[in-house]
Amino acid sequence: MEQTKELYQETILEHGQNPRNFGSIKKATYSTEVFNPLCGDRCRVYLKTDGDNIRQVSFEGQGCLISIASASLMTEMLGGRTLKEASEIFRYFQGMVKSGNLRKKIELGKLAAFSGIAKFPQRVRCALLPWEAMRPFTKTTKYI
Amino acid sequence: MREDFPIFERKIGGKKLIYFDSASTTQKPKEVIDAVASFYKTANSNVHRGLYFLSREATEIFEATREKIRKFISAEEAREIVFVRGTTEAINLVATTFGKKFVKRGDEILISEMEHHSNIVPWQMVCQDRGAKLKIIPVTDSRELNLQEAEKLITKKTKLVAITHVSNVLGTINPVKEITKLAHKKRVPVLVDGAQAVGHIKVDVRDLDCDFYAFSGHKMYGSTGIGVLFGKKEWLEKLPPYQGGGEMIKQVTFEKTTYNDLPYKFEAGTPDIAGVVGLGAAIDYVTKVGADPIQRHEKELLKYGQEALSSIGGVKIFGRTRNKTGIISFILERVHPHDVGTFLDGEGIAIRTGHHCCQPLMERLGVVGTCRISFGIYNTKQEIDKLKTALLKARDFFHGTN
Repeated sequence: MEQTKELYQETILEHGQNPRNFGSIKKATYSTEVFNPLCGDRCRVYLKTDGDNIRQVSFEGQGCLISIASASLMTEMLGGRTLKEASEIFRYFQGMVKSGNLRKKIELGKLAAFSGIAKFPQRVRCALLPWEAMRPFTKTTKYI
Repeated sequence: MREDFPIFERKIGGKKLIYFDSASTTQKPKEVIDAVASFYKTANSNVHRGLYFLSREATEIFEATREKIRKFISAEEAREIVFVRGTTEAINLVATTFGKKFVKRGDEILISEMEHHSNIVPWQMVCQDRGAKLKIIPVTDSRELNLQEAEKLITKKTKLVAITHVSNVLGTINPVKEITKLAHKKRVPVLVDGAQAVGHIKVDVRDLDCDFYAFSGHKMYGSTGIGVLFGKKEWLEKLPPYQGGGEMIKQVTFEKTTYNDLPYKFEAGTPDIAGVVGLGAAIDYVTKVGADPIQRHEKELLKYGQEALSSIGGVKIFGRTRNKTGIISFILERVHPHDVGTFLDGEGIAIRTGHHCCQPLMERLGVVGTCRISFGIYNTKQEIDKLKTALLKARDFFHGTN
């Protein structure tokens, strides 16, 4: 139970059950859908940009608590950032969910709730699913 | 029974292992593990090749196991038993060779909506390759095959019917014998995917009258990497070889090769000899326990499990036909199956979650995935009680914050 709680931290439970920025964006600059063939979960991310600035991010889809919470927190985190900042956050987040190490270089805020997931390697992909949709915009290369 | 399986000495996170994923792969009894180890320790050598004592002995064990399997599934002759890697390879073998020889543009292959991907994709590949069409027998709302539709779908164009004996998601035991009758009326051969049947219910291929029957060793208490394709000799003789190599030939020159007799024509390369030995031990084990007691035990657990799960508010069970093996698919409302699976894992309970390699069936059921528990002869009612307690805890955990 203790390990389970470490994975499903309050923030994850809360965002997983009441996701923010859920829905489409009319006249989105970008929209991409990602799919996890292992479980059948899918997530579509919408992005409205103004030059290099991300004005608005939203998502739709179905998935487990981990992937929904990750999508919700991602949209909160990336709104108002530049694409460059977004790709840095993405890179740190990716490194953290895989290694479990929280590095201080960048403030991950609520996303730090995902630091327990490294102990559940089968679920790392769930946390990364919505971020995969950001890959083309942030030009982030795969970690593995 | 439980003490026959050394893995249950293990603790997971300090808790006794509760294993509810036998439909994926069963645990192995000591007899099987010992037989495999003992073969490597005392008898290891290649089969059908060496003239020396060890090789002769290995060949004898190997062929005696073939005969044991023949008897176990009531085939007519041992040469109708082909060793393969598993059910998937068995189906691919038939799909590839049958497709090459008999399937032409405009022909049809008939499968069902409740097939595992391994009984869908090989046929899809054949259809793509030969310009044929894949037809699907629908599943009724009571999660059984729609036999009226099946009868209509078998036409002059149908070249083969491939159907699962037992659904790996629903546990439904399909009326394979009736389907074979329907197909044979129109001279269409039938392949049966027996991965979830053998070792759980009595299988008699002569009674079923199917033309091909595929199953895996590791789902019936044997080791991984070994499986069986049964084929009626009339069919196996007509099919071209699957893979080329050693063992499957009589004579090779650079101009021409003549192929070996059945079953060796389909057994290119050195087989999984230790796997065959383990499979033989698994059959001995299952026979010793007895087909009826096994089935009775699974039925009892099924009834107990369905009642336990139904008593939990918010649990929905899929597939409640009377004729089932020990498989229960369910969802816990408003909780994704993967979250249920991870939670139960934290309680030392191993279940399977996801689409179970049956994406088309998931679509029919209207879900992304399910939680699945499946029983083996080592499972107990106490374990189901623990599952129920854990599921109640999971429900509180995930619904609590709502």
